[in-house]
Amino acid sequence: MSIEQAEIEKIAELARIRVSHEEIGQVTARIAEILHMVDQLQAVDTRDVEPMANPLDAAQFLRADIVTEHNRRDAFQAIAPAVEKGLYLVPKVIE
Amino acid sequence: MHTQSVAQLIAGLRERQFSSVEVTRTYLDRIAALDSQYNSFISVDETAAMAAAAQADARIAAGNAAALTGIPIAHKDIFCTDGLRTSCGSRMLDNFVPPYDGTVIQHFKAAGAVLLGKTNMDEFAMGSSNESSFYGPVRNPWDTRLVPGGSSGGSAAAVAALLAPAATGTDTGGSIRQPAAFCGITGLKPTYGRVSRLGMVAFASSLDQAGPMAHSAQDCALLLNAMAGHDPLDSTSSTTSTEDYCQNLGNSLAGLRIGLPREYFGEGLDSATGACIDSALKELEAQGATLVPVSLPHSALTIPTYYIIAPAEASTNLSRFDGVRYGYRCDKPVDLHDLYTRTRQEGFGDEVKRRILVGTYALSAGYYDAYYKKAQQIRRLIKQDFMDCFAQVDVIAGPTTPGPAFALGAKSNDPIAMYLEDVYTLAVNLAGLPGMSVPAGFVDGKPVGLQLIGRHFDEARLLNVAHRLQQATDWHLRRPESATLATGASSNASAKGSATGEQA
Repeated sequence: MSIEQAEIEKIAELARIRVSHEEIGQVTARIAEILHMVDQLQAVDTRDVEPMANPLDAAQFLRADIVTEHNRRDAFQAIAPAVEKGLYLVPKVIE
Repeated sequence: MHTQSVAQLIAGLRERQFSSVEVTRTYLDRIAALDSQYNSFISVDETAAMAAAAQADARIAAGNAAALTGIPIAHKDIFCTDGLRTSCGSRMLDNFVPPYDGTVIQHFKAAGAVLLGKTNMDEFAMGSSNESSFYGPVRNPWDTRLVPGGSSGGSAAAVAALLAPAATGTDTGGSIRQPAAFCGITGLKPTYGRVSRLGMVAFASSLDQAGPMAHSAQDCALLLNAMAGHDPLDSTSSTTSTEDYCQNLGNSLAGLRIGLPREYFGEGLDSATGACIDSALKELEAQGATLVPVSLPHSALTIPTYYIIAPAEASTNLSRFDGVRYGYRCDKPVDLHDLYTRTRQEGFGDEVKRRILVGTYALSAGYYDAYYKKAQQIRRLIKQDFMDCFAQVDVIAGPTTPGPAFALGAKSNDPIAMYLEDVYTLAVNLAGLPGMSVPAGFVDGKPVGLQLIGRHFDEARLLNVAHRLQQATDWHLRRPESATLATGASSNASAKGSATGEQA
């Protein structure tokens, strides 16, 4: 399957990765190669094959609904790029 | 001291032949003197390591030694370490100092091990050559013009160069086994879920698994004993009971049936590498094992299947790196969108971005069924191939890689060529099986690895087969020339590797 540059731009926007004008041609070409390689899967008959999400087909186990973790906000916020009064700071979103 | 195995170091510490302070100092000095030629470590905290060693000595003196008390272990820089930077080989986490220890690290601390340092790796464990690290490539101790393999290339090189007696790695598609093969050491990827993934930076959550890397199967068993077990904080960790992985190392191989998949011995396998594998298999046969031809008919589909599933899961996992809560943030973002997109543009390297984009594409509206669901269906067919084989045989064997280590730069600009390096290792992760790489000889001075694949949770049997092979051969005892020189004289040394045969 070939892929257009515009499609890569859309995907990059979905993935929130900026791709510069200089890079976009090369990125598109590389991803087109990978998609071409994975295209051979389309030829395989997979009717009635259940998709496998976990190699052991294991279900997630449940644990008791009790508090096991303690609040460590200060430790976690100590490694954040910008915090103030216990809040994470980002550029202004609403004018 | 640095030529001893983990098992020998444990005995020596118990018998007070030397102290953990002496052992740890020896390795720290070797890292300081020699690692500039390999670049296998990203972070070393000498003060903390020496303090842990002194504590270990006190524990031994008090008669309270645990299984690994006083043994220095290097950890791949993917495991969160409380107070010590955990970069995952990425600019994105260059400033990340975790406020907690991952479960694997906790287990090693409880077992008394000394945290020697954090090893270099491909960025976010995505790579097969250790060239995608933000901290520069790792070089192969057997010949520093060659790659060490990846993504656990720093761990493999550090062990091979005798800068650590053993190390941890992680394996999503071959990242323990392939560098173990390229560096001439022994590496084990356990069954999916055998070792907790908590505090191990996630790449592809249905494939990732941590395991030991060391010189011998016995040393891997000693490490696995500390690593394995259920973790209530990892919802995919298995509740299947563990065992003492050292207990059955010496069992006879009489009657063992070893399957040889014809797809692993055909076109694409370097003939000299194949000859090494054949001679290792002959040795196993001489010990009473029976070699049985088998087939894994969907082998050709493992690369495309993996390169949908792994990037899809990576794109989801790596969405957490947003420049808000921890890690890299771009300079002077003009708005929130700019903060996200430029942080991720600048924080991630090319291969990581490529995989995020491929994964985002495979999961996006209109393509999910054609790519992700299709790959999950074929994943089941690939697993079924193994289940069919294990109805006939106990263990599957073949080469770990199509050939020995390649030159730095040889494949770094060709993603598809790099992906093909993992042709024999990916299926094991897709099927969730345990797999090992065991030294099996040399091609022009470059190590070759024999891959052993077992049934789910049959790690003990793989270790048994590997140990029996190592009792009868000395491939795992060869050391690269560059690592056997005295520290201090090393900087001028030729790094050209050769099998010097020094005994550990």
